[in-house]
Amino acid sequence: MDTPLLDIQNLKVTYRDGGLFQGGRNVVAVDDVSLTVPFEPSLLTLVGESGSGKSTLARAILGLKTYDAGQIRFQGQDMGRFSQQQWFDFRRQVQPIFQDPYASYNPFYRIDRVFKTLVRKFKLASNGLDAEKLVEESLRAVDLRPPDVLGRYPHQLSGGERQRVMLARVYMMRPRLIIADEPISMIDAALRALFLNILLDFREQGISCLFITHNLATAYYLGGDIMVMCRGRVIERGHMDDVITNPSHPYTQLLIDSVPSHDPHQRWDTAQGATALDASEFEFSEHACVFQARCPHVMDRCHTERPAFFSAQGRSGQRSACFLHEDDLAGQPDRGGAPL
Amino acid sequence: MPADRLLDIADMRIHYESVRGTYKVVDGVDVSVNRQEIFGLAGESGCGKSTLVEGILRLIVPPGHIRSGTAHFYPYPEQPEECLDLIQLSYPEMRAIRWKQLSYIPQGSMNSLNPVMRIQDQMADVALTHEPMSREQVERQLRELLGFVGLPESVGKAYPHELSGGMKQRVCIAMSMLLRPALIVADEPTTALDVNVQRAVLEMIRNLRDSFGATIIFVSHDLAVHAELVDRLAIMYAGEVMEVGTVYQIFDSPQHPYTQRLIHSIPSLGGERVRLETIPGQAPSPLDWPVGCRFHPRCPEAIPICSRVEPRTVALDDGRSVSCHLLDSTIALE
Repeated sequence: MDTPLLDIQNLKVTYRDGGLFQGGRNVVAVDDVSLTVPFEPSLLTLVGESGSGKSTLARAILGLKTYDAGQIRFQGQDMGRFSQQQWFDFRRQVQPIFQDPYASYNPFYRIDRVFKTLVRKFKLASNGLDAEKLVEESLRAVDLRPPDVLGRYPHQLSGGERQRVMLARVYMMRPRLIIADEPISMIDAALRALFLNILLDFREQGISCLFITHNLATAYYLGGDIMVMCRGRVIERGHMDDVITNPSHPYTQLLIDSVPSHDPHQRWDTAQGATALDASEFEFSEHACVFQARCPHVMDRCHTERPAFFSAQGRSGQRSACFLHEDDLAGQPDRGGAPL
Repeated sequence: MPADRLLDIADMRIHYESVRGTYKVVDGVDVSVNRQEIFGLAGESGCGKSTLVEGILRLIVPPGHIRSGTAHFYPYPEQPEECLDLIQLSYPEMRAIRWKQLSYIPQGSMNSLNPVMRIQDQMADVALTHEPMSREQVERQLRELLGFVGLPESVGKAYPHELSGGMKQRVCIAMSMLLRPALIVADEPTTALDVNVQRAVLEMIRNLRDSFGATIIFVSHDLAVHAELVDRLAIMYAGEVMEVGTVYQIFDSPQHPYTQRLIHSIPSLGGERVRLETIPGQAPSPLDWPVGCRFHPRCPEAIPICSRVEPRTVALDDGRSVSCHLLDSTIALE
């Protein structure tokens, strides 16, 4: 088997909270997360509510946030020990797309600079003419007409256009991996579809993607694999279709039940009643399941023990951090670190 | 005029003046809202849906102004002839019906609470300003409403910063119902909330109608949310209404080419994966709307007349209305 593209083992990231005059407390944003992006082009979606640690995980992978424990290996190399040259290669092969298309540009420079800097820095073209061709080709790949975009300033473009310019930049780099953190939450419905279709095309061309979203319908459309995070921990993982059609963790079930149906003939069953509780309304204990305060199936041991990963629904590819599935497949707990 | 009519908006135009010219953000909207229905307003950002409701609430501030239009409001079911034109009311007259007949849950309403007042004081403030009530009456009402939105009584004593986003949103919903208004306008009330909280808030909004008989205008860019909640739906594009119908008509058999594409561009959860349709081109600028049908530059079904003549609004047999030449039987299709 080839070395995985990205291999994360037991990652832990903490933030220091408060404490202007005296020591604050540490907030664990990502807790014991392991994941693998295989060598072959693939799509992995990370879902969870706000505060679940999904963006922090992305920032840690990109090297924008230091982590406290665990290991991130990119193509077999430990990122904690990257040399200058290795960082340079990493930045060529891993490209981010952030949530806010209005904040990711320098308002003083024209859009062209986004591309020209890349061409110069990574020596993508041997002369000016080639560079121009390359830029235009990349813009066409994301359904933009070069004259509509080049020579203009960021404030002259709409949110959807800006996000697509980011995609064009990514396309020009031909990276191995895109890390997209909620890239479509600030653009319109019609443009979202366009953006998602481009990502699917990219996968066909050999670009993997780690897609972060809170929108399950979007995640389902992309397919691939899914990881569900709650309060810094991964609580369910598996193939998209398995997890969406047969969710095994009560938290995943809650998320799926809350997605609007797109069909006025199949509205929510109001008798069921939703639990209108924000994650931020609860205290969390180190020694309890992260979902115990809201879980409809809560048992005594959930308050005192952290469940390990169990294979759920008798499927080896679907794992759930919930005691309900302890007995599903002769209950062999594992750390959930194995590739999906 | 049908007896169950609550609000009748006709030829509404709201423009913004700037050095570059006039931004015609809302440009000729006609819609009617019936009593006790949840009426949805949908469309992409910049289509004028929020500006339209700000217009009928008289919240437009310069450089914006209401260029023309009427909004006939019939708040008293016992006296159906009693009609107020919201656009012509003076400031004190408008103030007299705010909260009592007409309340507003604004966009990002969780940030609209006063950070230095306790929740109960803010709510009492609203009640006592508009209605001669005793302090005890207000408190009883307040407890009842907090219970209705599923919040403990202790929330009344809290300051806004002590509550989560979803809780603040629920406080705003409780407040909007305080004086039992005839009409509640909710502008994107669930944006920025987590999905499970969104579901609870939407069910609460439906309960406002079911338990109190309120009429609700619900503004959202998210069509899935409309499918879940509303009874009738207006699709807006470029400052105009493209199609109005019941939620079943719009989702089962959309007629306008724009509505069709908008509905086919949203992914759904589960089921077969089909490649989503996209709408080519980009939304036009309110500074310079396209001549003829405003959707024609992006419309794959456009015919020559679309770029010359603005389509009239056609009433179809099943009660909905559509603004498209393709559905207008008086136009000879070229």
